[in-house]
Amino acid sequence: MSAESAVAAATAPAHPVNGVALTVVIVIFVIVAVMGFVAARWRITPEERGMHSLDEWGLGGRGFGSWITWFLLGGDLYTAYTFIAVPAAMWSTGAVSGFFAVPYTVVLYPIVFLLMARLWSVSHRHGYVTPADFVGGRYGSKSLSTAVAVTGIVATMPYIALQLVGIKAVLTVLGLGSGANVFTQDLPLIIAFVVLAAYTYTAGLRAPAAIAVVKDLLIYIAVIVAIVWLPWQFGGWDGIFHAATVKMSATNPATGLPVGSVIPGATSFNAYWTLALGSAMALFMYPHSVTGVLSTKSRNTIRRNAVVLPIYSLMLGFLALLGYVAIKAGTTPIGLDGKVNPQLVVPQLFIDHFPAWFAGVALAAIAVGALVPAAIMSIAASNLFTRNIYRDLFKPNATDAEEAKVSKLVSLVVKLGALLFVIIMDQAAAINMQLLGGVWILQTFPAIVAGLYTRWFHRWALLIGWAVGITYGTVAAYGVVNPVTHAHFGGPIAPIPFLNIPIYIAVTAFVLNAIVSVVLTLVFRATRVPDGLDRTTASDYGADEGDPRVVSVLEPLGPKVEA
Amino acid sequence: MVGVGGNWWRSHQNAGSEEASVPTTDLPTRGPARPAPYVISGVLIAIGIVFPLIVPIYARSEPALFGIPFFYWYQMLWVLIDAGLLWICFVLMIREDRRRRDAARRDSGSTPGEQAKR
Repeated sequence: MSAESAVAAATAPAHPVNGVALTVVIVIFVIVAVMGFVAARWRITPEERGMHSLDEWGLGGRGFGSWITWFLLGGDLYTAYTFIAVPAAMWSTGAVSGFFAVPYTVVLYPIVFLLMARLWSVSHRHGYVTPADFVGGRYGSKSLSTAVAVTGIVATMPYIALQLVGIKAVLTVLGLGSGANVFTQDLPLIIAFVVLAAYTYTAGLRAPAAIAVVKDLLIYIAVIVAIVWLPWQFGGWDGIFHAATVKMSATNPATGLPVGSVIPGATSFNAYWTLALGSAMALFMYPHSVTGVLSTKSRNTIRRNAVVLPIYSLMLGFLALLGYVAIKAGTTPIGLDGKVNPQLVVPQLFIDHFPAWFAGVALAAIAVGALVPAAIMSIAASNLFTRNIYRDLFKPNATDAEEAKVSKLVSLVVKLGALLFVIIMDQAAAINMQLLGGVWILQTFPAIVAGLYTRWFHRWALLIGWAVGITYGTVAAYGVVNPVTHAHFGGPIAPIPFLNIPIYIAVTAFVLNAIVSVVLTLVFRATRVPDGLDRTTASDYGADEGDPRVVSVLEPLGPKVEA
Repeated sequence: MVGVGGNWWRSHQNAGSEEASVPTTDLPTRGPARPAPYVISGVLIAIGIVFPLIVPIYARSEPALFGIPFFYWYQMLWVLIDAGLLWICFVLMIREDRRRRDAARRDSGSTPGEQAKR
């Protein structure tokens, strides 16, 4: 096959059903579903079957070692949407909006190394399941822990919806979803999600942990083969980058500016590094990342993983470059509505230039890659709801079994919500919400991270700082207008107030948040506004597996955090 | 800055335990920290965060590697550099952690086996 076949595909925008590829995808999907259900009996004693506590259902028994954690976090952080969206951004506008994902996932790991061992230790001592549990225990403020929990849930929901967008891209390229009405159009998606919901309900975090192993192996095979085979087929990287440069330096008729850039110009330097840093700081504030951290067996499992997880970043970098390969290959990502949809670029590239069976493996890897984070995210969001809203606010005496039951049910509701989101609302709405989610979740950083090191901050100062950050971020993101469609929430970049330096909105909001938190802490300390009760002790932050758990006997069922 | 461990938060712990209603007794699981491993790790971590973010260093296309512009391969090279830096930090932290735990066990006079019991 060569570039001609891609041109031929362009003249026939309707996607014919690719029988071989579709069969491979279905077979792999069935295998994965079976694994998901079997995972309920993985590494669990007979008495604990049925998973009657959040430690069992929501954290997989808190016993994952280095290998499983590597697969689980790899599957959790590098989501299907990343695999779809990063090359799509590279294909559309080049480096600034796409390749920042590489420095982002590079500087991520020093941050994880620094922070997460302490979070693991204190959570292990006190039986914390969510980041909001920790904030509640540390600051003795239900308002603050509720704010952190709500932010986490709201930021996670559109993230789950985006995983569905990833599956949808795969299904479109396979030729599914062109039915006459809304129902038949989305039937494959609905089936995939019902199966996902069923095994997450029964097996909890063990299901995505087991599936992640398969998914990651498939992804690695697909990317390595593509990155060796495709450049060779298209005459090397020289020609590929030349084609990309030609596309990016053309003028966009809507803005009068170049389409994008292969090497960012000086005006976008600040946008580039703030996007990378802000995203890296935000990622481990997301509840699903924390769930992955807390499910590990010992304090240093996460640190060992910070050393080996960057291999995924290398793969992400090559995957991003596939966006440029698609430019050279002349891939035309036409959706079922006949319009160009950049998100179809990578699936289309695989269908055009590989044998059908191998394209099937690659597409299945992306689709399964959506199921792993979707499962973990729904578990994390329902843990937040159960612990920090249901138990803290309504049912302080909830038993472990009750918590697990509520969490399982809420995970179903969360997934249904995400499904409706994607089916009923515009896909763009999910992307906007995800953009806002990234801005919002970073506003929990001061409370969570400062709390790992110091109790200097005042609870009310942190809460007001959080509110200021959220408000500014939302207003600023709304103010960004897409130059082509004139829609709001046009992108993550806005100028710093009173300056003409465009940077990532989340970072500006975070700085405001931090300033307000510091200033108000000084004010509240000076005026002696009462502080909350700190239930943690210094040694909690260095505790490891096998250490005496003095406090844990009192904590999980003890009296809850006061007002 | 460094803050991976260290002593400075201890002053805080004392402030917290003045609250009579806190039902906790702090039992240190680690002995006092030695600064060197934390300082070295802190510096390595700072390098791993700051350098990949200095865009002017790498926003150019030459020298290319196998036809890939400098901008792209340089950033992907930092994936490997960061992994190496963190590996050094990991070894340092594991050693220091073990030493501090052994010190704490010697002080408390109990065996690790007894403490491991929940």
